[in-house]
Amino acid sequence: MTETGGKARRRGPLLVLPAAAYLLVFFVAPLALVLVISFVERGRAGGVRTPLAATLQYYARLVDPLYVGIFLKSARIALVVTLACVLFGYPLAVFISRSPQRLRSPLLMLVMIPFWTNFLVRTYAMKQLLGAEGGINGVLLGLGLIHTPLSLIFNEFSVVLGLVYGYFPFAVLPMYASIEKFDLTLIEAASDLGADLRRAFLRVMLPLTLPGVLAAVVLVFVPVVGAFITPDIMGGGKVEMIGTLINRQFGVARNWPFGSAMSLTLMVMVVAGVLYYFRSSEEKDRPL
Amino acid sequence: MSVLRGASPGSGRLGMRIGRATLMLNAILLFAFLYVPIIILIVFSFNDTRTVARLTGLSLEWYVKLSHNRELLTAARNSLTIGASSTAASTILGTLTALGMDRFRFRFRTAFDAVLYLPIVIPEIVMGISLLLFFNLAFFPVINSISGARLTLGLPTILLAHIAFNIPFVYVIVRARLVGFDRTLEEAARDLGANEWRTFWRVTFPLLLPGILGGALIAFTLSLDDYLVTVFTAGTASPTLPLYIYSLVRRGVTPEINALSTVLLLASMGLVVLSLAAQRRE
Repeated sequence: MTETGGKARRRGPLLVLPAAAYLLVFFVAPLALVLVISFVERGRAGGVRTPLAATLQYYARLVDPLYVGIFLKSARIALVVTLACVLFGYPLAVFISRSPQRLRSPLLMLVMIPFWTNFLVRTYAMKQLLGAEGGINGVLLGLGLIHTPLSLIFNEFSVVLGLVYGYFPFAVLPMYASIEKFDLTLIEAASDLGADLRRAFLRVMLPLTLPGVLAAVVLVFVPVVGAFITPDIMGGGKVEMIGTLINRQFGVARNWPFGSAMSLTLMVMVVAGVLYYFRSSEEKDRPL
Repeated sequence: MSVLRGASPGSGRLGMRIGRATLMLNAILLFAFLYVPIIILIVFSFNDTRTVARLTGLSLEWYVKLSHNRELLTAARNSLTIGASSTAASTILGTLTALGMDRFRFRFRTAFDAVLYLPIVIPEIVMGISLLLFFNLAFFPVINSISGARLTLGLPTILLAHIAFNIPFVYVIVRARLVGFDRTLEEAARDLGANEWRTFWRVTFPLLLPGILGGALIAFTLSLDDYLVTVFTAGTASPTLPLYIYSLVRRGVTPEINALSTVLLLASMGLVVLSLAAQRRE
């Protein structure tokens, strides 16, 4: 379907050129700059030292157990959040796809509304619920079950809960897309052939809906591992993740090169993970 | 063997029933998890005292306060201006790119395709700090040496950043729409004597419109919601809505934020309805 010939060959680039030029200046060049800055010494009062002085010290500092620990903790939190989103989201997607036709749209809309709602507003809603004078403490105090407010917020648990709350819709939507296409009579066929439900699920349904699950994993894990807003608001400065650490280098610590080295490391990890995902999903799409 | 055969359908049915009940329970609990915080948020926006622990009475005073809050109104206006302009620019650029990438083969095409997906997958904070470095260490010095103008971070730099992260989203959505595009319709138009320009506006554009609108809607929502990229490109200029809300949320919990959140919630529900209406056209 591709047009050939001199005229068409010129027109393709012409249509693409404006966006290409724009992204070259405002996306590629900035990333290249992060790379450069991560290898030069910082200035006395922040910024970078002029004239530029090359150094590897910021990458060397990254292997300090303190920073390795924060990277590992972010990965662990992202893993827990992703697992929770998939483990609860998959059955929800199954439930919606098996509901009567007329209920399906409204149920799906109930998942979509949080998805379209301002992320800050939703994080704030969760903060309010868990806070010292918030909903849960209010109810417990009112019932006389406790006499001093429980400290439910500003710990790792509240960060995980906030992240699950924030990214849950991102997990349900792609899994729903896969599950809706799945033909349930295949389960019946499997059980007619003697497989119990568990086996039919693991051997038939799960493999066939795996693309949706993998998409959900990527859509949740990637933003969560570099999250800043939720750990900042729900962690109250007590839960350090990569995002808050990077933010600090560009705020109070004023160490742009160190922050750049961290950002680049985070980016390489995330992009490598996504590439791996695309590779493996391409292999699965190949005809046997 | 015969005993087993007799037993298995029965236990299967029981298993199904338990499975169905579990699915239902899971769904109810999850919808509660998603909506209870939001409902509490809305309820307390009508409280008549500053507390968010107990409902002491109903009033609209927080909404009245909102409507007199100058800072908030400026922030909202900034957000809408940036949202509308970045949506317009990125929708045009993203749509042209989708057409060019879908229909033509040229050098660097594969490389550019990768660049187009990158802004979607890289962590937002990385994009934010890269633009902060770029504006301060490269863009402003270059402009300064060319024209002598001394620029600082502000609304224009926020706009430039928002266009950059919106282009890929519009591109992906319009490109998806082009996948199922029946090009014989264009050929038919041309056979009937329409020139290329006319064919585009009378055939191609109307067929692509749901995709373009969907892309524009995503771009507008992303721009309106963005905090991270904005905070690194805003400098000390007057804030956008998310920056303003963030500063309030960090300070604490007040019914005024609840009222503001309720207004935003209603606005996003409006957007959901719009997007569903757009999908129905497809």
